[in-house]
Amino acid sequence: MPAQAWRRACLDAHAQGGQFGGLFASRRVPGAVQVRALFSTPAGEQLITCEAAERGVDTIVDAIPAAGWDEREAHDLHGIDFAGHEPLRPLLDHQQALEAWTVPTSGQDVHQVAVGPVHAGVIESGHFRFHVVGERILHLDVRLFYKRRGLETAATGRPLEDGIAYAQRMCAACSVANTVAYVHACEAALGCEPDEHVRRGRTILLELERVYNHLNDVSAICAGVGFAPGTMAYAALKERVQRLNHRLTRHRFLFDTVKLGTGSVTLDRDQAAAMRRELATIRHEHDSYWRELRFVTSLQRRLDGVATLSTADAVRLGAVGPVARASGVHRDHRHHSPRLLYHGFAAAVAPTSSGDVAARMNQRALELRQSFDLLDELLCQPAAHGGLQHVRPVSPIGIGRVESPRGETVCVIENDGGRLAALHLRTGSYANWPILAHTMAGELLPDFPLINKSFELCYACADR
Amino acid sequence: MRGSLALRHVDAGSCNGCEHELTAATNPLYDLQQYGLNIVASPRHADVLLITGAITTRMAGPLRTAYAAMPEPRVVAALGDCALGCNLLGTQAELAGPLETILPIDLRIPGCPPTPAAIAAALTAALQRPRPAEGSGPQLSPRRN
Repeated sequence: MPAQAWRRACLDAHAQGGQFGGLFASRRVPGAVQVRALFSTPAGEQLITCEAAERGVDTIVDAIPAAGWDEREAHDLHGIDFAGHEPLRPLLDHQQALEAWTVPTSGQDVHQVAVGPVHAGVIESGHFRFHVVGERILHLDVRLFYKRRGLETAATGRPLEDGIAYAQRMCAACSVANTVAYVHACEAALGCEPDEHVRRGRTILLELERVYNHLNDVSAICAGVGFAPGTMAYAALKERVQRLNHRLTRHRFLFDTVKLGTGSVTLDRDQAAAMRRELATIRHEHDSYWRELRFVTSLQRRLDGVATLSTADAVRLGAVGPVARASGVHRDHRHHSPRLLYHGFAAAVAPTSSGDVAARMNQRALELRQSFDLLDELLCQPAAHGGLQHVRPVSPIGIGRVESPRGETVCVIENDGGRLAALHLRTGSYANWPILAHTMAGELLPDFPLINKSFELCYACADR
Repeated sequence: MRGSLALRHVDAGSCNGCEHELTAATNPLYDLQQYGLNIVASPRHADVLLITGAITTRMAGPLRTAYAAMPEPRVVAALGDCALGCNLLGTQAELAGPLETILPIDLRIPGCPPTPAAIAAALTAALQRPRPAEGSGPQLSPRRN
């Protein structure tokens, strides 16, 4: 498609209900830049590709704000201009002056508070620039990518199997979701469909990952208000799930469990039953701790009405995962995951989704119940390796989409005869970081740790 | 200082696994604090700099700044295989090179990521060890305080 048709094609796909799934560029040969945007509909994925002229393409950010970071990234990495995206602030480029990447704020007593990249706790590295009056935040500029390791570039040119290690290393806490999205993309390009064993094994791994992450998030939100009993109770529950992970896969973060073309989880009837029993015990303890947390006024009063994301904003800005669902958006990719085992799945959304920190905390409990139910059902049967069937011809592009603990994660690969010609991974964290910044306006600076933890986004997942 | 160590963590480009496990080492099942091992908010209060990740070009500067802010004597601990330079993945242009070419490593805690049990074991063992002499190389000095 020529550069002139790019904007119209993207806006049409969006207007027809296509869910924006990322925009990225690649420069395969000097002088030729390709820009791609992904939209998903119930009918399938639509990848719009444009041979950008050297001067670039028109922006889509005015109609699709979720593409804001994507366009800034494509500009910093490949020098593509997006006409109409003004100012096109640097995102990955850390060389530029403060004025270039922050939003100008002025007025009486307005000042900036700079935090990071090294934080006071055990936290990943990233820089936050708060524009405040007193304790009230006017605006937050987030500068991440301190942890950029260039994993996508490093994986390019390698055999498809070898790409798994790079997808896994992007983030430990989302390693299963990221690698499943990656192998789904590869298997789609290779024209293969996983059999029921592979789907069962991968679904078990994805749900175990979600359970330990959601338990971690409840612990972190309690830490955000300094409620140590909740922090420690949920840290201990998370630890138990990670020990269960280790028992199943020999790794606490389930590393090296997702393989291309085969499953990796094997459980005989007794082992599956033992896992079910342990998960039932963990669930029981979570239920009892959760009831106690509901009655801790000093905790609950700190969560209500803090950093509210409205349903309209969640949709408009492209929020994903528990954050979107806590704002009343019925969107969970597990509902439409034929490559996994989620028969009859429906997104869990509370009847009153207030979109604040309290709602995001409650959302974790709702989804924990759902994941415990799913695991209980999945583990009723023994699990075997399984394999794949060739059902379609090989294609040069593969797309994988997975609901990670932090939301929809999209992987697009270009397949060049069994080698990776390009890799792009857009995680739930990447989608939600700009939304976290959006909700900070009007909040109190001391509430930032709490609000940040109610989103609990990965830096590594975004930086890559 | 023999009975306790103040720890400061710097993530210099990890996958977040080492951070999860270091945090887990403070949960009630490992409870680093009971051994006198406390994570502190500033390098100015720290005896030990715990460094995670493949050192990225963008984090090499903040890492050096944190090290320079520490009082002496100070211990540098490489936490996890990335910080130890093992099986590093990434683009050369984005990585600053192995940690040992940037700072002298006194304590090595291998693992991808190291388990909380391994972190707790390595740090409690460090409590029993003599402090390094100033300017000593990557190995702990035999000097006793």
